[in-house]
Amino acid sequence: MISQRKIGWFFVMLMAVLTVPLSAQDSLPPAPYAYNQLDDPRLESEATALMHSLRCLKCQSQSIADSDAPMAGDMRHQVRSRILAGESPSEIRSWLIARYGDYVSYEPEVSATTWPLFAGPIVLLLIVAGVLLRRLGKRRCDAGDAA
Amino acid sequence: MPPLRFRRNSGMRSRLFLWLPLALFAFFAGVAGYMLTQDKDEFVESTMIGEPLPEFALEPAVAGLPGASKAHFVGGKPRLLNIWASWCLPCIAEAPQLEALQAEGVEIIGIAIRDRPEDVSNFLGRYGNPYAAIGSDKISEVQLAIGSSGVPETFVIDANGVIRYQHIGDIRQADVPMLLGELDNAR
Repeated sequence: MISQRKIGWFFVMLMAVLTVPLSAQDSLPPAPYAYNQLDDPRLESEATALMHSLRCLKCQSQSIADSDAPMAGDMRHQVRSRILAGESPSEIRSWLIARYGDYVSYEPEVSATTWPLFAGPIVLLLIVAGVLLRRLGKRRCDAGDAA
Repeated sequence: MPPLRFRRNSGMRSRLFLWLPLALFAFFAGVAGYMLTQDKDEFVESTMIGEPLPEFALEPAVAGLPGASKAHFVGGKPRLLNIWASWCLPCIAEAPQLEALQAEGVEIIGIAIRDRPEDVSNFLGRYGNPYAAIGSDKISEVQLAIGSSGVPETFVIDANGVIRYQHIGDIRQADVPMLLGELDNAR
């Protein structure tokens, strides 16, 4: 007779097997430059630096350099083949930003929505400088009065 | 003594001032708490709405249907560009809705992402073929060029080849009239 415990174990094992991802993935080989480096080390280092600062769209907290998602591979192929064709990293970044918005880039750019991030610290510094000047100026005046 | 009174006044003011950092902190904690309760928007929308489709010409994704190119979208009426793949589960769910749209007279051009002809053919055999043409995008080249970040996605393209609307995710039953409306708007 099969014990209840055995049935329990069978159930546990079944659940373990069911955790295998259900969603299908494509079976195509990766794009030519998804995992292959460029022959010219200077161009490859340019491409790598750029890939580390571009966001993977499928796995949103990784750069496309860090991600194994097929789409990240296809984006790396775009970056490497465009670098090879003579495009500059900043041109490629703007090409992607024109398609996906600022979101795709980890390197913040000044735009209609991000300017407070850049202006904020400058304004704070100016306020601090103003306060300091007034306080120090006052103290000097006090000292002058006392003398 | 006048100086003492002056000091007492400024003392009260600065005591109130002491609460300012805490108030600011509470404000930011409140904002953070509020944002944590909000649903995260995981979709990356295309910023190509209003822009013309880029030039492209893709090989046929399956025998018996033409491949897809920009020329398919120019002239006549607005069309749908459906980004899909045979390996994508939500694409199965939206297949009946694409057929319903086709039955309404909508011309649907597909782009199959990272797909094989035999898999595309199996998919169409099993779930029906609403497409007038399907291009094979083996390296997501056209997908990236139009700012699409996954499968399935559906774009409304007007008769001038300009991208007018993007639907992210599978087309549900309720989305069919909405897409028909967007196609009308693009006229």
